[in-house]
Amino acid sequence: MRPLLDGLRRLGQYPSALVGLAIIFALVGTAVFTVVTIPYGQALELWRGGEPWRMHPVNARPVWVDRIAGNNSPRTVVVSSRDALIEEESFVGGSRMQIPLEFDFGYADFPSELNLFLTSTHVEREPFVRLTWETPDGREFILGGRRLAREERVSISQDWELERRLGRVPHVGLFAEPGDDRLPQVLDGRYRLTLDVISFEEDARVDADLVVYGRVHGLAGTDHQRRDLMVALLWGIPVALAFGLLAAVGTTVTTLVIAAAGVWYGGWVDAVIQRLTEVNIILPMLPILVMVGTLYSTSIWVMLGVVIALGIFSAGIKMYRAMLLPIRESPYIEAAKAYGAGNARIILRYMIPRILPVLIPTFVTLIPSFVFLEASLALLGLGDPVLPTWGKVMNDAQTQSALYHGFYYWVLSPAALLMLTGLGFAMLGFALDRVFNPRLRTM
Amino acid sequence: MTGSSGAMATPARGFLRDLRRLTLFTVKRLAALFLTVLVGVYLTILIANMGGQVDELRMVQIQSTVAEQVRADPAFFDLSPQERNALIERRVQLDVERLRLDQPFIVRSVDYLQQAIRLDLGRAEHMHSDRGAREVYWIIVERLPATLLLFGTANLLVFFASVFIALGLSRRYGSALDRSVIALAPSSAAPGWFYGIFLILIFAFLIPILPAGGMVDVPPPEGTLAYAASLLRHMLLPVAAMFLSTIFISIYSWRTFFLIHSSEDYVEMARAKGLPSRMIERRYVLRPTLSPIITSFALMLIGLWSGAIILEQVFNWPGLGTLLFQAIGHRDTPVIIGTVVIFAYLLAVTVFLLDILYALLDPRVRVGTG
Repeated sequence: MRPLLDGLRRLGQYPSALVGLAIIFALVGTAVFTVVTIPYGQALELWRGGEPWRMHPVNARPVWVDRIAGNNSPRTVVVSSRDALIEEESFVGGSRMQIPLEFDFGYADFPSELNLFLTSTHVEREPFVRLTWETPDGREFILGGRRLAREERVSISQDWELERRLGRVPHVGLFAEPGDDRLPQVLDGRYRLTLDVISFEEDARVDADLVVYGRVHGLAGTDHQRRDLMVALLWGIPVALAFGLLAAVGTTVTTLVIAAAGVWYGGWVDAVIQRLTEVNIILPMLPILVMVGTLYSTSIWVMLGVVIALGIFSAGIKMYRAMLLPIRESPYIEAAKAYGAGNARIILRYMIPRILPVLIPTFVTLIPSFVFLEASLALLGLGDPVLPTWGKVMNDAQTQSALYHGFYYWVLSPAALLMLTGLGFAMLGFALDRVFNPRLRTM
Repeated sequence: MTGSSGAMATPARGFLRDLRRLTLFTVKRLAALFLTVLVGVYLTILIANMGGQVDELRMVQIQSTVAEQVRADPAFFDLSPQERNALIERRVQLDVERLRLDQPFIVRSVDYLQQAIRLDLGRAEHMHSDRGAREVYWIIVERLPATLLLFGTANLLVFFASVFIALGLSRRYGSALDRSVIALAPSSAAPGWFYGIFLILIFAFLIPILPAGGMVDVPPPEGTLAYAASLLRHMLLPVAAMFLSTIFISIYSWRTFFLIHSSEDYVEMARAKGLPSRMIERRYVLRPTLSPIITSFALMLIGLWSGAIILEQVFNWPGLGTLLFQAIGHRDTPVIIGTVVIFAYLLAVTVFLLDILYALLDPRVRVGTG
């Protein structure tokens, strides 16, 4: 173990190793933070999409990208009736309520969508609601009336009748300065949506949330299903690290043990191992993974198993064999044999530790290749069905033609994280290579 | 080594002996590789069927299509339900016999193996080649040139560029250029398709000067020259992506390699004698390191065959990788197995060429001690 510790100490002299280590520590730290703050079950639940995301905009850019570009695109505004000044007057068998939902709007661009979510606690008779939109300059638009179910979603943006009346899509028309401008301007100021509710039950209560969807969201933006990409970007870290690490450990350790056993026993064991390696070199890894992914399961753990199984007899065996052959003949092994050490002891305690230092750099540089392998599979549409990963985000982006539509953030942020992971491990690996490869160091 | 002194005396006899040994070696390697391919292909077939799960899937598919056909055919409208069911059953039976699903899988797998080895890859179930052929062989052969063109070009480019740049850098060891190229080596952690996405983003969307995918313009231009120009334009981005993703790591490894070998005693000796540095490089550094160079070239080829699938997919390149992906989409087992078999063959041919080159370069094989 001494050369190992010495080597690690010498690592401090390489700035690239320190940068690599810093990146890896940052990633591991974020991964731990993510797993603690968003537990596994919750992450899967969130990534399934749907209900939790209804108040998020579709395909919104990250806020900082927008601000760097010098725009002032709107954020999402949620106006809840719980904060509004409600005027209520009861009558026999019911009540009349006026709920004003007010908000200030002062962005340079129009919102991307306009929705109203209504809930009602009535038992039998549905309350009736009438919607009036009031602009800062005092114009009023009647948005119609309707009966309320217990949960109602009013998609103002998809009100075709209103769109015809305004001559524009509602979320533009309702916010535009008056006039027939081809390039409408946003009218700054205080907007109000008034809900006139008549309920026909004594204690029925109506709550409303007006969502003025923005065009920017958070640090990571959102995708076509309104999901916050942050969830996938964050959860991608532990998944990528776990996959890369487990695959690298699984393949190197098994390969090493098998190579050592082959060298130690020699004879037919060695011959069989060698032939199996040759067969395995011919088996195309990725096509087989793709085949397994389409025909059986795309679960990341199945993939991991196949990767390790195919990696056991990898070409590395030949390299380890060449390194282990001279070790078998060395005097200390002879000595171990003389005092009666068993086969397993000689292989595991005497042969393998001797080549471990040479192996560490290879091991570290292997990790990113498996991280990218997972991303590759996901990009082909063979990502894990439930887990949020970087590859799946990129796959979504590709199927939604993100580049064509100009949603560059959607591709670039997972790509940047992948690259960061790759670079971190590769930089550390290259420095380790120089430390543990004495022939390189003497030059 | 006992025969070598005799060979020196008569070069012609020595050559003949070399040739005989080389032939023997080649035949031995061919036999071994053939066995290897046999086992590899059989494993592929086993994986592709995974204990008959795929067969069950195909059975269900056959039953539903046949039932659909019979129900939709006006000729059978006035049959009674029993008669119709009997008819469906008879037709399913015919299909099962046609696809030989009634035989146990082990029997069929040996059959598949035999056919695969003879490159008789059978008929596709759903897909067909662009010319309309249903034979898997033709579907694959049609796609093979595209893959070979793209990956051959990129690999040769990377190989020669990296060896020459590395030689130059090892001469200027420690210079600013050397350090900056070496600092870039970790960038190769990302595969080609990854760079491909960025290249597409930059050169096809931000500055739209190159096509985002495909192999030639649609419709293909008339005339050989125009066709070649269009092909070249489409090849530029995928080749650049592969080049970017592998060039720095291969420069790095070649440079290390040359550095190690140029510090050997015999090289120092040559330097002390005052030989010109070109000559030292050619005779004292390159010559003894030729076989490892070729090994790594072949290993790179092997690695890149697999990378082909995703790069082709990203660039929409009509090669083997895209074919495999489409076949998987259609669940067309014969095409999937056929593609994997062809991949295995390509790998085996690479390994074989590597062995032969080795034998030619390594004197130990020729004198029979290797």
